[in-house]
Amino acid sequence: MATDYVIAKQVSKHFGHQQVLNQIDLTLPAGMIYGLIGPSGAGKTTLIKSILGMEAVDSGTVKVMDTVMPNRAVMAQVGYMAQSDALYETLTARENLTLFGQLMSVPKIKLAQMIDYAAGLVDLTSQLDKRVSGYSGGMRRRLSLAIALIQDPQLLILDEPTVGIDPELRQQIWTELNKLKDTGKSMLVTTHVMDEAERCDYLMLIRHGIALAEGTPAALKQQYAVDTIEQVFLKAGRMQDANDGNR
Amino acid sequence: MRTMAIVRRVFKQMLRDKRTLALMFLAPLLIMTLMYFLFQNNTTQVASLGVHHVDQSVVNVIDTKNVTIHHYDSSQARKMIKQHDLDGYLTQKNGQLTITYSNSNPTNTSLIKASLQSGLVKVKMKTLVTVTKKQRAALESQQAALKKLTAAQTQATVTKLKTAIAQAQARGDQATAEKLQKQLKQATATTSSSTQSAKATSYTTKSHYIYGSSDSTFFENFLPAFLGFFVFFFVFLISGVSLLNERTTGTLSRLLATPIRRSEIIMGYLIGYGGFAIIQTVLTVVFTITVFKIHLVGSIWLVFLTNLLLALVALTLGIFISTFANSEFQMIQFIPLIVVPQIFFAGLVPVDGMASWLQAIAHIMPLYYGANALTAVVTKGAGLGDIGVNLLILVGFMVVLTMLNIVGMKRYRKV
Repeated sequence: MATDYVIAKQVSKHFGHQQVLNQIDLTLPAGMIYGLIGPSGAGKTTLIKSILGMEAVDSGTVKVMDTVMPNRAVMAQVGYMAQSDALYETLTARENLTLFGQLMSVPKIKLAQMIDYAAGLVDLTSQLDKRVSGYSGGMRRRLSLAIALIQDPQLLILDEPTVGIDPELRQQIWTELNKLKDTGKSMLVTTHVMDEAERCDYLMLIRHGIALAEGTPAALKQQYAVDTIEQVFLKAGRMQDANDGNR
Repeated sequence: MRTMAIVRRVFKQMLRDKRTLALMFLAPLLIMTLMYFLFQNNTTQVASLGVHHVDQSVVNVIDTKNVTIHHYDSSQARKMIKQHDLDGYLTQKNGQLTITYSNSNPTNTSLIKASLQSGLVKVKMKTLVTVTKKQRAALESQQAALKKLTAAQTQATVTKLKTAIAQAQARGDQATAEKLQKQLKQATATTSSSTQSAKATSYTTKSHYIYGSSDSTFFENFLPAFLGFFVFFFVFLISGVSLLNERTTGTLSRLLATPIRRSEIIMGYLIGYGGFAIIQTVLTVVFTITVFKIHLVGSIWLVFLTNLLLALVALTLGIFISTFANSEFQMIQFIPLIVVPQIFFAGLVPVDGMASWLQAIAHIMPLYYGANALTAVVTKGAGLGDIGVNLLILVGFMVVLTMLNIVGMKRYRKV
């Protein structure tokens, strides 16, 4: 068993004339919360989709669980939470979870147990038999997270997991994510909330498709000689713009 | 089984969407019922005809159940038609009949035309009949005179022969007597045959119908084509819109982030919506047979099979077309482009009589093959062998479209 769940090397991707990813290297070992931070349109989602194998890369390679992506079978080992809540509105939360559980090949006898586990984790147990059309934005986000957890995957890829979730529940979710990490799972999380970035074990700053900086939060702060990740981000951004201007 | 997970989801979603369910199952019944009453009764359309100074004999023959006659005192046809909302106006000057049509409704114009023509033929026939009657009377009196004459002549011959026979017998000349006897027989025979007069043959028609009966209406003609059309239309719309929704809400992309195969998604759709198409077909077919007492000549199972294949083609076509639409509204825009033209080639207008380029178009329309097969089964009792080619072509459509759909989903996931 390899200890690195994700190994991306020199990944580049462009849509039309726009370079969305520019030679990104990313390594995600077991038992780590890896944060991708950057403004909207920086290429975070494209990087995630490339790792999942949904997007073809122009150059470079992506390996997940030691398998070159895209690979359909490996997808069963990855819990994915998309940026927009892709849920079936007319179905109940339980039915949504059941559907994705079946698609993720969760054994029939384990499915009910897994639904209870995932719903409990995001505090939706009492609302399981309500239709999604009656859910609030935060509840939808939590259900999406529960769906990502349904097959108890070793690797979780979460695209903006805490958008629209109130602070108390966000606290709760991060506690859970840390618990999951302690069991040897790894998470790749995108965010643009800087205080969340502080909670990650390792960070990569992406801007205009380029990996500006990476390292543990503490190391980054030290490197840029600032007090917060937010300041790191701003400083790194200004340096990038200055470099672009010099060209 | 991932396909079955998709099927279950499709079923649950459909069952919860009561409006769509009602549209799929009740709308065809509603439209069928309307059509039944529209086309069912062969009620006579009546055209109104104004007449002015027309011989009563002519008026009498024109006055049919399709034309009502109104008498007016004016020869100004145009004015009278406008004033009294007539369909036609007939005037007479000596032997010359002049008719003016309003022609606002071509059907009524042709009704008047037809009864005027047949009426005039009748009038001609009548005069012809009276003429022949007179001729016959004259002929008969001549014949009678002739008969009298021949009778007298025969009588004379007979008496002459009889005396000759008596004389011959008295002479003991047996041979001559026999010869004369024969002549006598011939003479009497001619008289009896000439009394037989020729009788005129009068013709009567007895109608036999190979398919249907004398009660057959347009409704029965169109019914099979419409059965196919309903299934095609509703399945196309519902499957197209629902896949479009999956695309726009991101659930399709989310589905493809699981290990599901692209083909499993398409198969799930085929089975799920195909199931509803079967229910819809059974409902409409059973409804028309039991409520409208439509005579189904062929096998009901072939009707179901053909409709199922049509539904699957519509399903794959709907999914395929939905990739070119970005909203439900744009999906609706494909209906007049893709669905409506098909009904013209479903047998309402005979395809054989179309221009060759139109016939070529007909042959790329799935509904052309489906409706042809359905019509053959329902009205002519065609078997699997007769419609097999049509069904195979439908399967071909389905396979090609399914392939295109599976390949098309590569846009959302590379494997």
